[in-house]
Order: sequence, then C-alpha cells, then structure tokens
Amino acid sequence: MRAFLIRRLLALVPTLLFASLIVFGAMRLIPGDVIDLMMAQNDVSTTHDRAAIEAALGLDAPVHVQYVRWLGGALTGDLGRSLWQNTPVASQLAATLPITFELGLLALLVSISVALPIGIYSAIRQDTAGDYAARSFSLIMLAVPSFWIGTLVMVFPSVWWRWSPPLEYTPFFTDPLTNLRHMLVPAIILGLAISAVTMRMTRTMMLEVMRQDYIRTARAKGLSERVVVLVHALRNGLIPVVTLIGLQAPLLIGGAVILEQIFVVPGMGLLLLEAVFQRDYPVISGVFLVTGVGILLINLLVDLTYGWLDPRVRHR
Amino acid sequence: MMTAPADQTAPLLEIEDLSVAFRTERGLVRAVDGANLTLRAGETLALVGESGSGKSVTALSILGLLGDNARVERGRILFEGEDLLRLDRRALRGIRGHRISMIFQEPMSSLNPVLTIGRQVAEPIRLHQGRSWPEALDQAAELLARVAIPDPRERLAQYPHHFSGGMRQRVMIAMALACQPRLIIADEPTTALDVTVQAQILELLKTLTRETGAALLLITHDLGVVARYAERVAVMYAGRIVESASARALYGTPRHPYTEGLMASVPSLTGEPRARLLTISGQPPDLADLPPGCAFAPRCPHVHELCRGTVPALQPATGTSDRDHRSACHGYP
Repeated sequence: MRAFLIRRLLALVPTLLFASLIVFGAMRLIPGDVIDLMMAQNDVSTTHDRAAIEAALGLDAPVHVQYVRWLGGALTGDLGRSLWQNTPVASQLAATLPITFELGLLALLVSISVALPIGIYSAIRQDTAGDYAARSFSLIMLAVPSFWIGTLVMVFPSVWWRWSPPLEYTPFFTDPLTNLRHMLVPAIILGLAISAVTMRMTRTMMLEVMRQDYIRTARAKGLSERVVVLVHALRNGLIPVVTLIGLQAPLLIGGAVILEQIFVVPGMGLLLLEAVFQRDYPVISGVFLVTGVGILLINLLVDLTYGWLDPRVRHR
Repeated sequence: MMTAPADQTAPLLEIEDLSVAFRTERGLVRAVDGANLTLRAGETLALVGESGSGKSVTALSILGLLGDNARVERGRILFEGEDLLRLDRRALRGIRGHRISMIFQEPMSSLNPVLTIGRQVAEPIRLHQGRSWPEALDQAAELLARVAIPDPRERLAQYPHHFSGGMRQRVMIAMALACQPRLIIADEPTTALDVTVQAQILELLKTLTRETGAALLLITHDLGVVARYAERVAVMYAGRIVESASARALYGTPRHPYTEGLMASVPSLTGEPRARLLTISGQPPDLADLPPGCAFAPRCPHVHELCRGTVPALQPATGTSDRDHRSACHGYP
C-alpha cells in the first residue's frame, strides 16, 4: 500500500512537467503581449522603455530560458511574482486556492447528494413517473449551461422580488454562516450541472447491478429491500460512479472560473481570469500548476477509493 | 443410498395448481401451468426437466423471487399449512433464508463480489436469529467448517474471488444451512461445476440435509443425480408435471413416454458398447405457442388422436409399485 502510494506520487512528476510545458508554450501563443498592455496603460511608447520593462520583468530572455528559470523557482517553492502587482504568485495562490477549494467541495457535495439518491430512486422505480421526472430533470441540467442559470439567478429574483444573492465575500473562519450564504448559490448551480451525468451513471449502474444473481441471493436470505439496495447493490454500482466523479474534477474547476466571476467570489478562478486578460504569465502558470496537482491528486484519491470499494483491485 | 424415513403426517410443502406467466414481447408466456407438487418433511424430491420446462420458475415462485415481469396467475403454495402466495412482503422475508433457503445454479455470480464471505454467511443469522455480528460470525465459521472449508476463521475475511467454484458452492450451502431451515431448494446446484466436484457437493448436501432433518427440493436435468440422491421425482415438461413417483418406481416402471425417452437418452456404461444413444426426436415446444392437447404429442412415439385435442390430467398410474405414482398421459391409463 505504501509502495503503491509512493509509486503513484512519483508518477505525478513527469505528468506535471509535461503539463507545465504545454501551459508555458500555449500562453506565449495567445495574441497580444503583456508589455503592449502595460505600455498602453501607462502611456509610454518608446522602444527604450519597452526594452527596460522587458528586462525588468525578465521577459527579454528566450522562452526556453524563461521556462527553465520558472521551473527552477517552482521546485524551490518560488512561483515568481505577478507582472502587474509585483506580489509573489505563491501568496496570491495561498489566498485564493482555499476559496475555490471550498466552492468546488460544496459543489461536489451538492452534486453527490442530489445525484446518488435520485439515481438510485430512478433505478429501483424504473419506468415510473418519478423515474421519468428524474431523467428529464437530469437532461435539462445537462443541456443548460451553468453561466446562463447563474445569470438568471442574478437577474430575475432582483426584478421579481427585489432580492439578489449576496455578493460580498466573507472568509469561512470569520463567519461561516455568511460565508455559506454567499457560496451556496454558485455551489448549487455548479453542483447541479455536474450532478446530471452522475445521476444518469448511478441509475444505469444500479439497473445493471439489480439484475445480478447475487442480488437474488440477498433477497433469498430475507434481507429487506433497503439493505439489498443500499448494502448489496450500491457498493457494486458505485465503482464506476466514483471514477466518473474523479473525471469531473476539471469540470468543477472550469465551472468555478465562470461562476466566481458572476458571483464575485475572490477565488482562483477569478485570479486566473484576470491574469489571462492581462497576460500575467507567472500567475497563469502558477494557477495551472496548482490545478494540475489538484486534479492528479483527485485521481489518486479515486483510485484509492476504487480499491476500497472493490476488493478485487485492492492493492497489496 | 439409504433413504431417510419420510414423515407420514401433513406435507411440508404443497404446491397446488400453480400457474405462472411472464409478460414478454411475444405476449403472455405461461412458464408453469397447473403444477402440483408435494414434499414431506426430511424428504428429497427431485424436480426434473429440460431447460425451459418451468422447474426453476416453480422454485423461484415458492420464495416469491420471480422478476417483475412474472405473475402468479393461480394456485397455492402451502408451506407448513400457510399459503406463501398470500403472505405480505414482510412475512415472506421472515421465511426466506430462515425456514426455506435456496441454493442457486451459478456459484460464480451468486455471491456478492464486494462483501466478505463472513458477512454474507452471517447475514441471515443476524437477521433471523437476532445475533450480534461477532456471534453471527462465530456461527458462520462453524458453518464453513461443516461444509469442509479449511481454515474457516481465516476464510471469513476473504472475498468470493479468493474461492474456486466448488468452494463458493460450499459457501452457498453454508449460507443456506445457517438458520436450520425446514426446506432447502437447490436449483441445479452442480450444473456449473466440474464433474468431480459435482459429486462432492451433492454428497455434502445430502449428508447435511439428513443431519439437520431439512427437506430438499433438488432441481436438476441430470437423471443420474436423481437416481442417487432423490427419494421422489417429479418430471416437468412444458410447464406441467407429467409424472411423479418414488425414484424406484419411476426408474422401474416409467408411466410417461417423455420419462421413458429421458431415460433412454442417458448413456450407460453397462450397456452394449458403441450402441446408438437414443434421443427424443423434435424440439421442446415453444411456450408461447403450445399445441392444444398434450404438449409432448408432437414428439411422442405413441401419439393418438385424443392426445392432440385434450390435455391429459395427472392421475394415479397403474402397474407400478408406488401407490402415489401419477402420470399425465392418455396412453398410460
């Protein structure tokens, strides 16, 4: 088990290296460049100034040299400084990451607590009105983009009832209740969006599992339907569902970028969006590094859960 | 093989005029049509027939384990005088795995792959006898020892994939015995196993049912198994019981052409070498499209006009050593 963990953690290194290479290269391919933006804002336009700014920001070196410099820093925990604010990227990430993590976690909880019960219900009441309602609901959630729902939630309540979702961020540890009141609306929208696929998968897997011979054995023992479904069937049905939830992690982060913008949540998504607009390369690299590590860790967690759910793939 | 003394008082299980139909794309298919069966306490009854003859459906309907597309149309299933078909779900669950337990054909898929063997064997003990998990697991270990699984204590924590097919069927038997049921239904318990393991499993089943006094309803298509392990036999064809008798009488004086055909198609080691193996001509009938008279008529060597128009009733047979011998044939009055 420990050997497995160490092996898996070591395997993260080449993956991250490759990902960072792509991010670093792709950023430089975005049209427009940070110096132009800065000069336009500061109203300076001589070539002399341009060279000076480039040199000051370390952008005069060739791209591969910049990459190696950045990588060397990253290995020692120094992710560079923001080109605009001149604050360390690491401290910007430290401030925003927990907020996005909270949003993602809340969305995931919403997604699971909606998808699993409805998926199970839909499967054991196959082809009833309830099943059709659940499946229609999931289709709608699948089809409607969350930024659209987010905008509706912002606009319509304020028009109809003169109420709009709170938009002032309070740190969780300062005032949990106010914090949750703010975070819950985007978390529910994001959670419902990704719950659709999970629900469908849960339903399909439960239908499949309920047909198995061992379910008949469980019933032949005299177990109640509740135990048959929740103990004997669910654990078998969950195995692919957990994999799916792991694969949804990038969707959560992508969705957070948009919803943080709409609901003014000062998280990593908002940081990333601003950094992309301003071509703030070190910040973009930092955000991608952190999300990359996050996604890989989530996948590792999924694999561990998989082993816990299914003794046949348990790691010795 | 010695036979256990059959209890001559009220029967343990009485199936009367049972009919079960399935909704299918091709319409209503009657898998069991007016079946009658009687099983006394401690007795072993073999229910014999080809695949699709309705034997498994009969067995599943005893415990109410048929799928949603099946419906019991009529009949009664009396167990210790109580009609199982009239019981509510809760009462039926109290009987399942407690007073009647069941062993299935496929040991590879009949055990839950993600739960430990210990948990699966202990479950009915905890449920029906109200024991705590540690007590139930202790009993489960004893049960595993009784079905001759080595190192039962260590085996409790293992999962089905650690067991071979024969060992899994032993686990199924242990599970079936857990609450000392009055009746065990074994639905082709050895069909999926190697021939050498088949005999071990059947011997074990026979020994343990005799020790515990449980009756055994053994569903099989293997007449060799019937001869060795059953006291009474019921032969099923196209959803109907066509003959029932003691094993001895059925082998000595079969009173139905289908039974005769089945016996003639069993290869014999003592017969003439290289003798042609007899087969029953034709195919088993399509249940969705049965002939109006006797279902066996199209394949019967002794068919006459009456057979094609009228379904023969199951009646006492003549010229047999067993006074409970019955057959449903116009040709054997």
